[in-house]
Amino acid sequence: MKKIFEKVIEGILMLSGTVTTLTVLLIIFFLFKEGIGLFGKSPTEEGFTVAVNRENPVNELSTDQIKNIFDQNIHNWNEVGGNNDSIILFRMDDLFNYYTEEELAGIDTNMNLLTSKIDEVIDKNKGIIAFISSKEIPQNPNSKLIHIKAIGLGSFFGGKEWFPTAQPVAQFGVYPLLMGTLWVSLLAILIALPFGLATAVYMAEIASPGVRSVLKPVIELLAGIPSVVYGFFGLIVVVPLVQQIFALPVGETGLTGSIILAIMALPTIITVAEDAIRGTPRSVKEASLALGASQWQTIYRITIPYASSGITAAVILGIGRAIGETMAVLMVTGNAAVVPHSILEPMRTIPATIAAELGEAAKGSLHYDALFALGCILFIITMIVNLTVQMISGKRTRNKLR
Amino acid sequence: MKLSTKKKIYQGIAFNLFRLMSGILVVVLISILSFIVVRGIGVISWDFITKMPEDGMTKGGIYPAIIGTLCLVAGSMLFAFPVGVLSGIYIHEFVKDNWFKRFVKLMTNNLAGVPSIVFGLFGMSLFVNTLGFGDSIIAGSLTLGLLALPVIIRTTEESLKSIDNVFREGSYALGATKIQTIRRVVLPLAMPNIITGFILSIGRVSGETAPILFTVAAYFLPKLPSSIFDQVMALPYHLYVLSTSGTDMEASRNMAYGTALVLIIIVLLLNLIANFTRSYLSKKVKH
Repeated sequence: MKKIFEKVIEGILMLSGTVTTLTVLLIIFFLFKEGIGLFGKSPTEEGFTVAVNRENPVNELSTDQIKNIFDQNIHNWNEVGGNNDSIILFRMDDLFNYYTEEELAGIDTNMNLLTSKIDEVIDKNKGIIAFISSKEIPQNPNSKLIHIKAIGLGSFFGGKEWFPTAQPVAQFGVYPLLMGTLWVSLLAILIALPFGLATAVYMAEIASPGVRSVLKPVIELLAGIPSVVYGFFGLIVVVPLVQQIFALPVGETGLTGSIILAIMALPTIITVAEDAIRGTPRSVKEASLALGASQWQTIYRITIPYASSGITAAVILGIGRAIGETMAVLMVTGNAAVVPHSILEPMRTIPATIAAELGEAAKGSLHYDALFALGCILFIITMIVNLTVQMISGKRTRNKLR
Repeated sequence: MKLSTKKKIYQGIAFNLFRLMSGILVVVLISILSFIVVRGIGVISWDFITKMPEDGMTKGGIYPAIIGTLCLVAGSMLFAFPVGVLSGIYIHEFVKDNWFKRFVKLMTNNLAGVPSIVFGLFGMSLFVNTLGFGDSIIAGSLTLGLLALPVIIRTTEESLKSIDNVFREGSYALGATKIQTIRRVVLPLAMPNIITGFILSIGRVSGETAPILFTVAAYFLPKLPSSIFDQVMALPYHLYVLSTSGTDMEASRNMAYGTALVLIIIVLLLNLIANFTRSYLSKKVKH
């Protein structure tokens, strides 16, 4: 009886032991299941299509071309490989420019009339391009549907425009978001690094126990403050400060985000780096001191090089933390989805994009899938960061044993 | 002699620089805290923490957000604490040092590194949509619980590691089984540190915003939840709403200061309690 009881408990323990593995696998499954849905689909809204005159030689257009046509940056078909005809844009509402109200009487109820009239317009105008509902195409149309290049990995990573709800074609270019994320988090680490390392060295090697007992809770508290509170502080204090110092039109810039992120990444960097520095064996340090080196010489010639892999791990972990941070960045970086040219411009990061847009994206829409695809990118980046850190620290323990 | 003065000067410069930079850290923390305390202290009153928000969240209190956060903390810990502790016990006491243990540890570390917004996406996809919980306390709690799991597992493991094998062997020598040893000997000794980790993870969970954005948080909902399938307001999300998208940002600024202060007080208190339990319980165990 007792044995059975213990076996049951062991079983429960084993189940709990696998829960993190299971969660990671589930995260991968659900993230990628939704994220992959984006690829291979046409970037037009579901139920809508783009049609042209039957005699138009153009069969396929890319997302960028369609956007430029409807934004009136491209005026002539020969710019996209067609005849020398000027492009006429046509949307549903334009029908009233081609017919009088009498001719269109009852069009709200008569679907056949609507489709035939639209078909007629497309047939009569050689240079027309129409963005219409696919229901408005008759059985034997005089128009020709344009094939729009599906969303692929190339246009996803290389695309420089992020307009997930644009009409007639949505644009999902991750490049500006990726750049925004990297700029903001790398600058954050550059700011945090000197402070983080100095504090770690100070706490591990120099400070008296009394000073340490002050610094340790300070760092714990810095780690404990919620990210929205950092964001709030940034919004009210750092944003106006940055705006004044650099005389900018807005204070919500990449730099503002970096400053806040630097403060947030500090506890991670300090804790991990301090552990690494403490890991330096006493005998090695004492050998250096015995040779007449000062305490400072021992620190920067012996202790820091010895702890370098641990310090590297600290830095990488800090970067990972900064890349994934959402709320504070969302609140202070200004969220402009453009490729950044200077750190003093508004920027938008991947996590901030997800947080800002997921609420508006309908489940199963392209936009929704695109945001999950962003989540996949974030997940992969943090996985790489974690695995690198594990590899570094794994190597360290092995070297120590030798 | 000359060389050694030079050495001393360098050392003096370096040490003072390090001291200065660590000092700046303290200044940063103090300025963040004092900024929020000074601006928020006037806002906090009995009414502020016990009244519903009014007038487009520019007046009244933050009662529903406090209750919402309490619900989420309770829900997530109900799930994460037992599972996390059991998982930690299993990994440390039962699994031999082989590839399986390394793999499970790797996965735990990986889970700890997953950004909170990814937890939000995952929670929305699994709990809200696939399992059909909708935006609800249960969906939010489970998402937050998963986020807190690695922290609890790690602290459990660390505290088990710190217990000398002498205790285990002594128990075995008296004829106790493994489970008995863990329950009667190992766990009581490890408890102070496990409880500390538990309290700190409450602090983390109560401040998280990104995971609850799409799983539970309500923009404005001036009533209390009646079941675990209800949406609730939550303190961190409320602060986000007040400071970025309130109906009247200037008027709701004061409410934002107050909310931020309440959040800070929660974190400060939990840190204090954690430190207190660590020293108090470990003293008790020793006696």
